[in-house]
Amino acid sequence: MLKLNGRIETGAWTDGHTRPFAVTGGVLGAVADRLRGRWLLIVPPLLFLVVFFLVPFAFAFKISFADAVIAIPPFSHLLGSTPDGHTTLTVTFDNYKYLFTDDVYLLSYIFSLRTAFFSTIICLLMGYPIAYAIARAPRSTQTMLLLLIILPFWTSFLLRVYALQGILSEHGLLNSALLALGIIHAPLRIMHTTLAVYIGIIYSYLPFMILPLYATLEKLDGTLLEAAADLGTPPWRSFVDITLPLSLPGIIAGSLLVFIPAIGEFVIPALLGGPDSLMIGRVLWDEFFANHNWPVASAVATAFLVLLVGPIALYQYYQMKDQAAP
Amino acid sequence: MTAKLPLGHVVVLVLGLTFLYLPILVLIAYSFNASALVTVWGGFSAVWYARLLHNPQVLSAALLSLEVGVAATSIAVLLGTLAAVALVRIPRFRGRFLLTGMVHAPLVVPEIITGITLLLLFVSMADALGWPRHRGYITLVLAHISFCMAYAVVTIQPRLAGADRALEEAAMDLGASPLRAFVEITLPIISPALVSAWLLGLTLSLDDLVISSFVAGPGSSTLPMVIYSKVKLGVSPDMNALASLVIMMVGIGVACAGWVMRRAEVQRLKDRQLAEQG
Repeated sequence: MLKLNGRIETGAWTDGHTRPFAVTGGVLGAVADRLRGRWLLIVPPLLFLVVFFLVPFAFAFKISFADAVIAIPPFSHLLGSTPDGHTTLTVTFDNYKYLFTDDVYLLSYIFSLRTAFFSTIICLLMGYPIAYAIARAPRSTQTMLLLLIILPFWTSFLLRVYALQGILSEHGLLNSALLALGIIHAPLRIMHTTLAVYIGIIYSYLPFMILPLYATLEKLDGTLLEAAADLGTPPWRSFVDITLPLSLPGIIAGSLLVFIPAIGEFVIPALLGGPDSLMIGRVLWDEFFANHNWPVASAVATAFLVLLVGPIALYQYYQMKDQAAP
Repeated sequence: MTAKLPLGHVVVLVLGLTFLYLPILVLIAYSFNASALVTVWGGFSAVWYARLLHNPQVLSAALLSLEVGVAATSIAVLLGTLAAVALVRIPRFRGRFLLTGMVHAPLVVPEIITGITLLLLFVSMADALGWPRHRGYITLVLAHISFCMAYAVVTIQPRLAGADRALEEAAMDLGASPLRAFVEITLPIISPALVSAWLLGLTLSLDDLVISSFVAGPGSSTLPMVIYSKVKLGVSPDMNALASLVIMMVGIGVACAGWVMRRAEVQRLKDRQLAEQG
């Protein structure tokens, strides 16, 4: 049953056209007509996302309780039937137990969290001064600077990570420059280390930190700072007491925009990292493509989703609710 | 607002932009290096570009990526517009919570998980229904629609919320049907958002490696998959050329878009001034 508590917009009433449902007459017809229109809006995107976004998670959840078998597809069916026609349900928790027996999952989980956390902090420390400088630039320069910050985002992410190889590799620009300057005498090993993963994440996601920071800093009321200065407040004090608290929404938004993609990152650890840069995305990839253990990969994905994405989704949900109800 | 930038700000900006652009500029420089070794400058040459254009693997992957990107982002913008209109215009409906959550979820869920779950769906469907028999173009398009749609809704929704509802109501008072009022009044207002959503979706689709790797079957490699398999082995000069081409095309595209938008904005301001004077 459809609920009829939706607000009836004026448009439906003042519309002079005769439409199929108007035949049933008056108020009822207008309501039915309106509902028909609204479900045409809602159903296509909703249906698509349910089938191709929500249902897949149900499959991953289901397969995380299956056994790995050598077949196509490479997992056992949960539902089977005995020769006398009874339906059987075979569920195994081994895949989840396995996550605790093999260190690699716990280690990669901690490594991913740590890497994403420190990358976010460094992005914030680097992004804040840049965003601040842009927000204080003349208006015409601001547009240009913003365009320059956004531009890399429009180019290929994969290719930008690749571009870092040209700088960081053994014979790359950085080592060549340092050697030529006589600062070092043997090339530094940066490629295929955790340091390279940090540089890759910071390089790739710095614009995501700068943009929301700029958005809040740009709106900052300059008269507050002037008033503070008039009252003899030193600049660092007014920064700590006024600018910083007022830019908190930008800090949170920017940090989430860096932290969320960084934690599930695959490309950066795979291209720049070494064998010890065990990020969860890479472990999942290998479980799937190298070990072909789909049930364990499904269990990792489910656990990952619950442990990492769950809290973030909840946070954003409450954030949205707060904004919706001022 | 200060008229001139303090020295400290200039230093910060120069350092920041250098960090963002140096790798790209170095890459473009290397792409014109005649020598295959990155350490040696063998003189200016476009040999890698020529080689790239004669590489059938790269060309067919680029074509597949374009086909997938255009199809996926077009459907995504259509579905995303419907979702945005529903979310902005209908305050309460069944499934609103579900729709809001699912529309935004692809922004939060790591690509690798989306990729795995979609592959499991397609494999299970093929097992149970016999469709999709082969993974390739169709599965790639379906997979790309979800994340393109998320960005489409995020781009379109604020523009739609900011559109003046009174104009549409006025049109309906004058006898236009709700659909006609939407098409003739609101659609032109939100069209810049539709264009940005489409371009953003295309960019993301053309760039996607992780989800594509899971849902593409054997024999259907997209451009990022070819690039990844090549650069995994280290720096390769023809990939430098490819990367430079992509970056230069995008750069020119964004510059043109910026110029057009700026002109439109100036024109709009002029029109408004004229309207206010008249």
